[in-house]
Amino acid sequence: MADKIATRAAYGDALVELGAKNDKVVVLDADLSHATMTMNFAKAYPDRFFNAGIAEANMVDMGAGLSTMGLIPFCSTFAMFGAGRAYEQVRNTIAYPKFNVKLCMSHAGVSVGEDGGSHQCVEDLALMRVIPGMTVIVPADANETRKAVFALADFQGPAYMRLCRLASPVFEDDQPFEIGKANVLREGTDVAVFACGLMVSESLEAAKLLEKDGISAAVINVHTIKPIDATCVTEWAQKCGKVVTVEEHSVIGGLGDAVADVLMGKVACGFHKIGINDQFGQSGKAPEVLAEYGLTAPQIAASIKASL
Amino acid sequence: MNMEELSKVCTQVRRDIINMTANAGSGHPGGSLSAVELMVGAFYTQMRVDPQNPHDPNRDRFILSKGHAAPCYYGVLAEKGFISRDEFKEFRQLHNILQGHPDAKKVPGVDASTGSLGQGVSIADGMALGAKHLGKDTKVFVLCGDGELQEGQIWEGLMAAAHYKLDNLTVMIDNNGLQIDGSNDQVMSLGDLAAKLRAFGLHVIELPDGNDIKAVVDALAAPTEAGKPKCILAHTVKGKGVSFMENQVGWHGKAPNEEQRQQALAELEGK
Repeated sequence: MADKIATRAAYGDALVELGAKNDKVVVLDADLSHATMTMNFAKAYPDRFFNAGIAEANMVDMGAGLSTMGLIPFCSTFAMFGAGRAYEQVRNTIAYPKFNVKLCMSHAGVSVGEDGGSHQCVEDLALMRVIPGMTVIVPADANETRKAVFALADFQGPAYMRLCRLASPVFEDDQPFEIGKANVLREGTDVAVFACGLMVSESLEAAKLLEKDGISAAVINVHTIKPIDATCVTEWAQKCGKVVTVEEHSVIGGLGDAVADVLMGKVACGFHKIGINDQFGQSGKAPEVLAEYGLTAPQIAASIKASL
Repeated sequence: MNMEELSKVCTQVRRDIINMTANAGSGHPGGSLSAVELMVGAFYTQMRVDPQNPHDPNRDRFILSKGHAAPCYYGVLAEKGFISRDEFKEFRQLHNILQGHPDAKKVPGVDASTGSLGQGVSIADGMALGAKHLGKDTKVFVLCGDGELQEGQIWEGLMAAAHYKLDNLTVMIDNNGLQIDGSNDQVMSLGDLAAKLRAFGLHVIELPDGNDIKAVVDALAAPTEAGKPKCILAHTVKGKGVSFMENQVGWHGKAPNEEQRQQALAELEGK
């Protein structure tokens, strides 16, 4: 396993690479470019970087306007503010007219760490998923983030991508990235574990622990929450008969619900959601906070085992 | 087009507003009637648009930030030839392109979906910024209400317009003084608007009568200071042109009945 890299850092690097190949790409930020890592793009292409100041609603609507001029705006700030504060602007001014704006929001989930619950958005996937026609992507590691950035630039229409602050394992290598197509990272027969974001690497580790207990767990990286890969979800739920979802997000409205929506009334199977249980986050070192909410590999393994 | 011809267009648009809202039995006649000269002035004397090619990338842009004035917008778009007046019969009805508030996906000539207040200036900023970035001579016009200026985002957008020196942007304010719950002053005072707008770095032209088509046309034609967005602060009359609607809060979001339609159309006849 390579060194750990945060998905936000990979995002910043990928934007620079994309900017060299596509002069239609412009980037907006709301005074957080040093945290979302859009500062890399700002340095490389100052004439294509627009700071909106601490005004997230203004930023996403400026993105809407820029998109109508044939440009491809990538808007970034923290998930709490991009998906939260500017929600109605995203809904009415970007998604409703189907404008080609990419909303790439960092510092999602409790792995933000020290900044605490006010800055740990555990609702963004739910907020974005419920908007008609919105595409929602959660890359699992740095390599997948790079692929997702390029896929988003080629994709026509509004899309949300969730990024994280915490440096995390890089394990993705030669997996294809196609929006809407989940990747099976590990085959198994007893339980199908659907995960996204940082929880993919934790789930892979959890599967290794379960193997020692004689439990065979499949791990599927659902990098696209919407449109979800219903075929893959159905197939693996049927194969294993037991389903567990793992996300660094509220268990309400995110990956777990998206998977449940596919299966409900169609596939008879056990079902268990692992995530943030209707709580706000809190300050602490990121690994400690993740552990507080039961989102480390040993905890995930124990939770899966208990659910079987 | 001379002033007499432009006045005729304004009267026709006012008749459209009355007919559309009466047909639908709902809609917003008051703030549509106050905005007529501003919108006609922009579309007829300033904007480079082609009804045959509504998505021409080199067209000028218009954003109706006060999206509830959709009947005025649709009247102007029909008069310009973007849409057919046949659509007016089904305004606000199921499956019609003319939604209660403008939908850019459905109506040729509509550059942004609006209706949720406070967002037009930011959208216009993005368009004006994009035009400058691409080296285009595109002009961008945005029409805001006055009550809408109570939305904080308007001021975020104005700040950005000045910061990015968007002198290809014109912000028009339909200052009719009334909003749903009463006058601006009763609901949330706007204070010295001209001073506030100047303090935000705009080149402000204040029109004592924003329903005077010649004054509007002259203000639109007047140059702006280099590097400064232009702002036309137009004092208008809500319900303008229909005696029983003028300056009446109650006609913000109420449609005329058949009798009121006929009276309004009679008043607008021959103007």
